[in-house]
Amino acid sequence: MPPFAVWPPLTLAVLVVPVVGGLIGTVLPAFGYLPALGLTTLSLEGWRGLALVPGLAWSVLLSVWVALASTLISFCLALAFVAATTTAPRTAWLRRLVSPVLAAPHVGVAIGLAFLLAPSGLFVRLLSPWLTGFTQPPAWLVPGDPWGLSLLFGLVVKETPFLVLMLLAAQAGLDAERRVLVARSLGYGPLRAWHQTVLPAVYPSLRWPIMAVLAYGFSPVDMALVLGPSVPPILAVRVVELMGDPSLARWPIGAAAALLLLALAVLTMALWRLAERPVSAVALARARRGPGATSPLPWRGLALVLPTAVTLTALLGLAAMALWSIAGRWRFPDPWPDTLRLDGWQQLQGPLGHSLFVTAGLAAIVAGTALVLTILCLEAETYRRRPLPRRVLFWLFLPLVVPQAAFLFGVQVVLVGVRLDGTLGGVALVQLAFVLPYTFLALAGSWRGLDPRWRLTAASLGQGPWRVLWRVKLPLLAAPIATAFAIGFAVSVALYLPTLFAGGGRVRTLALEAVALAGADRRSAGVVVTLLALLPLLGFLFAAAVRLRVERR
Amino acid sequence: MTLVLDQTTVRLDGKRLFQPLALTVAPGEIVALMGPSGRGKSSLLMGLCGGLRPPLALEGDVRLGGRSLRGVPLERRRLGVLFQDPLLFPHLTVAENLAFALPRQHRDRRVRIDAALERAELQGFGERRPSTLSGGQAARVALLRALLAEPQALLLDEPFAKLDAPLRRRVRAFVATMIADARLPCLLVTHDRADAQDLGARVVELGGEGEERTRTGR
Repeated sequence: MPPFAVWPPLTLAVLVVPVVGGLIGTVLPAFGYLPALGLTTLSLEGWRGLALVPGLAWSVLLSVWVALASTLISFCLALAFVAATTTAPRTAWLRRLVSPVLAAPHVGVAIGLAFLLAPSGLFVRLLSPWLTGFTQPPAWLVPGDPWGLSLLFGLVVKETPFLVLMLLAAQAGLDAERRVLVARSLGYGPLRAWHQTVLPAVYPSLRWPIMAVLAYGFSPVDMALVLGPSVPPILAVRVVELMGDPSLARWPIGAAAALLLLALAVLTMALWRLAERPVSAVALARARRGPGATSPLPWRGLALVLPTAVTLTALLGLAAMALWSIAGRWRFPDPWPDTLRLDGWQQLQGPLGHSLFVTAGLAAIVAGTALVLTILCLEAETYRRRPLPRRVLFWLFLPLVVPQAAFLFGVQVVLVGVRLDGTLGGVALVQLAFVLPYTFLALAGSWRGLDPRWRLTAASLGQGPWRVLWRVKLPLLAAPIATAFAIGFAVSVALYLPTLFAGGGRVRTLALEAVALAGADRRSAGVVVTLLALLPLLGFLFAAAVRLRVERR
Repeated sequence: MTLVLDQTTVRLDGKRLFQPLALTVAPGEIVALMGPSGRGKSSLLMGLCGGLRPPLALEGDVRLGGRSLRGVPLERRRLGVLFQDPLLFPHLTVAENLAFALPRQHRDRRVRIDAALERAELQGFGERRPSTLSGGQAARVALLRALLAEPQALLLDEPFAKLDAPLRRRVRAFVATMIADARLPCLLVTHDRADAQDLGARVVELGGEGEERTRTGR
């Protein structure tokens, strides 16, 4: 057996058991089988109950609309931004703006946006009363508009940076600048040059990230609780409400709703995949027609400004919440608090401090474990005769492409069964399934790209596989390893729904506190959001320090 | 200790890249494998290290001092390997790179490492980082490192290709002395005839096979 061969199956088990167990634990109750409640005969009661839920059709429409539109808009913005920064001179630095937004947890970004957009929020304050004449906050239904536009905006703000980063990673090895240069010398405008020569090459590696964005769009419960429409809410919120209902009789209905959500997500993904062919055919037809007149409109300027503005909005929201955390009196419509005071931060001595400790500790343990498993899997791959088969990738990404709300209830059922529900260990296990795909994605490229002669040289000097790993590969790859850890850490800090379900509300992380405080008290919310935004940055600072050390030798 | 290649060749998708080699390399002897690029010289060396991945595969048996290397992990093959690049580990100093190779049972590590550096006229370079060495210095340290691991044969994959002409001659001379002293069988892959001449190597041409022959036989 080649070295490290036991680790890939073991790692897959860690990933697959929660998802598959969770799906089974959702499917059975949806059809009336839940022994814990004494339900042992199959029935369609759950589905009948679901059909009677008022406003269900609107929830369904809302879910599909928000998921599909947010994915499409984020994708277009990301394409525009990467194309523009690849082709326009001296704009590559703009890409650095997206990293802090990517690192900030969803719920933090959502709370920041909510404050910007609210009738009593910063945007209205900045325009009042001199432009709007408001001396009292207007009675607008924003955020929380019935069409989910605020939620849509929040998702776009959060997912665009993710897709930008995935695109940049995919085009890194392609010499994109030169491809574009060749096309431009043939008479194509910069954006078209990029779309015709780089996009076709990077799109295949973008499929999984897009599916992940779609899946998340179906289940952004934390963002929806802050930004989303509430009567009726998106389907995923309904699932969580039904599952949280104290009368357990509603569980089969909730399980049916979860299955419905899963079906919608799978259908939408299939739709996206079906649309790929005609869209690429159109693009190919344009390529065959050859270069035409270049557009006189400043498209590239727009492609730079729009995504940048979206990103800056998110950063402004986070900054405004940081200001709230130290604000004393801050009356409407003042754009600035009258007084500053620090007593909001004294909450750190109480339960909030405990949450901070739990969040950071959990994130460190989960990211560390995910990193170790990732490294052992990748190292196993270097000793295999062939790369890991594609179906392994499918199982690896499964937790990301199944909407969380669709299977987490089942995970809870399973955890109750093995008596891990509500424990730190249970939360860590479930988080691991969501963090591992990201650490793997982050590290795989550098690991596979390392010159195999390093390993062969070390082995020819008499070093066995473990010592080659420890003494040669880990030091050589220290920088990408540290980055992968930081990414895993950030993902763990941001996880809301998995922590809620696995922890049964007993493991209180900052993301949970943030959702609880979002509607209540802006000062406390400001403290939590600031912590949520800073904690992942610490991870990335650490990664930057490691990279500096590596570069200096 | 002799290195024996018994009907050895490299297959690409089942097709042989060159006619199977039957070759015996005696201790202290250097054999230079020559042939046009793409013929599979470097792949053969990779194969001897056990580093080939499908669609490439090694065919035939390789024996070192009578034991077959088939299925033996590289760290127990006792083959020293030098590639085009010195591949000194950047996170270790020169002395640490050498210590990395020196088998653990040796107690007099400092003495051996200093002696090795002295032979290469690199006294006092032990604490330097590999990134601060010149190309010729790094090439010499790489050879010292390979030899400190006490290999029973040496494989060289165009180790002089990246050095400029005058330097190449000096490093070659150094390599020739070291190999002669160590009395190791040595297999060199190169397409520079001067490499073979200066090292006093026996030249073996890789013969084409099938289509390969007609295409490269212009």
